[in-house]
Amino acid sequence: MTASLVIFFVLATVTVLAAISLIVQRHPIHGALSLIVVMVALAGLYLLMGAEFVAAVQIIVYGGAIMVLFVFVIMLLNAEEEERTNFSKLATYAGVPLALAVAGFIAAAIARSSGSLPAADPSGALTSTKTLSTLLFSDFVYPFELTSFLILVAILGAIVLAQREN
Amino acid sequence: MNDFLTTYAFLIVPILKIAILVFIVLTVDAYLTWLERKVIAHIQARWGPHRVGPHGLLQPLADGVKFIFKEDPLPANVDKVAYFLAPFITLLLALTSLAVIPFGPQKFTVFGYETHVGIADVNISLLVLFAITALGVYGVALAGWASNNKYSLLGGLRSSAQMISYELTLTLSVVGVLLLAGDFSLRGIVEQQAAGKGLLSWYVFPQIIGFACFYIAAIAETNRVPFDLPEAESELVAGFHTEYASMKFAMFFIAEYTSMISVSCLATILFFGGWLSPFPDSWTFTHYLPSVLLIPFGLWVIFDGIRYENVFGRIMLPGVGAAIAAVGALTAVPAINPYVQGPFWFFAKVFIFLFVYIWMRGTLPRFRYDQLMSFGWKFLLPVSIANVVLTSVVILWRMH
Repeated sequence: MTASLVIFFVLATVTVLAAISLIVQRHPIHGALSLIVVMVALAGLYLLMGAEFVAAVQIIVYGGAIMVLFVFVIMLLNAEEEERTNFSKLATYAGVPLALAVAGFIAAAIARSSGSLPAADPSGALTSTKTLSTLLFSDFVYPFELTSFLILVAILGAIVLAQREN
Repeated sequence: MNDFLTTYAFLIVPILKIAILVFIVLTVDAYLTWLERKVIAHIQARWGPHRVGPHGLLQPLADGVKFIFKEDPLPANVDKVAYFLAPFITLLLALTSLAVIPFGPQKFTVFGYETHVGIADVNISLLVLFAITALGVYGVALAGWASNNKYSLLGGLRSSAQMISYELTLTLSVVGVLLLAGDFSLRGIVEQQAAGKGLLSWYVFPQIIGFACFYIAAIAETNRVPFDLPEAESELVAGFHTEYASMKFAMFFIAEYTSMISVSCLATILFFGGWLSPFPDSWTFTHYLPSVLLIPFGLWVIFDGIRYENVFGRIMLPGVGAAIAAVGALTAVPAINPYVQGPFWFFAKVFIFLFVYIWMRGTLPRFRYDQLMSFGWKFLLPVSIANVVLTSVVILWRMH
């Protein structure tokens, strides 16, 4: 067992446990904290694949900016602990079967393609900041610009919603 | 034994370096509190700490003992997990940020393992730093929320809002430097500034707007005067750390001083050439500057110490002075001299930034909350974006 394999299993375990904790926690803040752990552990997994830029951006954007907003809103609303309902009708008849189906589907997909999955380039040449930005601004420039336009529209929408009273 | 050392050197050497760095940083933190109290006292025409040890030099030690032995009460109805986690997150992130900072140019070999001055040489070290800063908000936000106290909650909310707002400016103000250097690595950025002309090739001159935005945003990020609203004692008691006592309170403060150090290191690296000397390479006589500064300072401490008011001071101060003078003399030895240059300039610049922090605390009043927000969003952010556009245009214009 190589060192990177050990690190992979540690990070993978942390990710899965934190994801489970995110669902099980009754207090919204604890849920949000678990989600932050998931994000940071995922960044560690990216780093293991040699994608340093994606790892750093994962923490800055998801771990930092987005989750801070989550925490902020939970704090501002002063959200209390959730009430636990024991399996509503919707959950028993739609939620549980659907969850099982999705899990089975993913497991089947992994089982079928096991061994033939392409490995990440360990040198990180494909995922370096320079290649990534060159790709973004050459081959994928239209999707990239469209995304930024979408974000701009969303920002304007947020401002309009916030200023509705005036 | 030797085999073991060389085989596992890749593990042992970093652990040793981390231990040494943490020891140094915590000691510097402790004496930074002493310096801050002394400097502010003298600005306000007071003596400052003067009782514990000569010139209050042992005050940090007494403070440390006090922090450890103080009662650590747990307020009623706190969220225990978050309450305990908050100071740890804050301190952990503050110390981690120092891991990617390079302190000098030299490489050296320990147990057959080549390494450099600084813990990790990452090719995206600047991004790593920003990632750590991005997570830093949680410590403050959680501390405020978990304490079950309205002042803490208000302080926590204020300070998270402030840190989110100024983080944008902090990141954008550095983009100019990145455009000039074309490198995310802090080591690479310093090496780009080494053109042999000394001070003139530092990025502070082409990026003066970027530097101004960076420094203002950095002060806000570290919650220091004039942006210390999270702890505005006249309105919020002590802000997010109102309910913290003893060592947990100390951890917030150690984290604050550590962030001051890392921000000063970052300003030095990005805009002031890191470990590079401000003089042209051909002025070799400036290599003896450390000795020229340290030996007279040491002699002055000895001279001042022998007239001190009590016996303990008359013994301790000359001892300290002799040590300083001895270090100064050592730096002039030809075998050691080249290795001292990088760290000397680096720490000299960092010290100046730290002094400016303290100086501002002694002189500036605090912003009002709405002033802080409108200044950050309506002035600083547009200016830093304009700086990015301006820098890119100039670089493009030069390329053609």
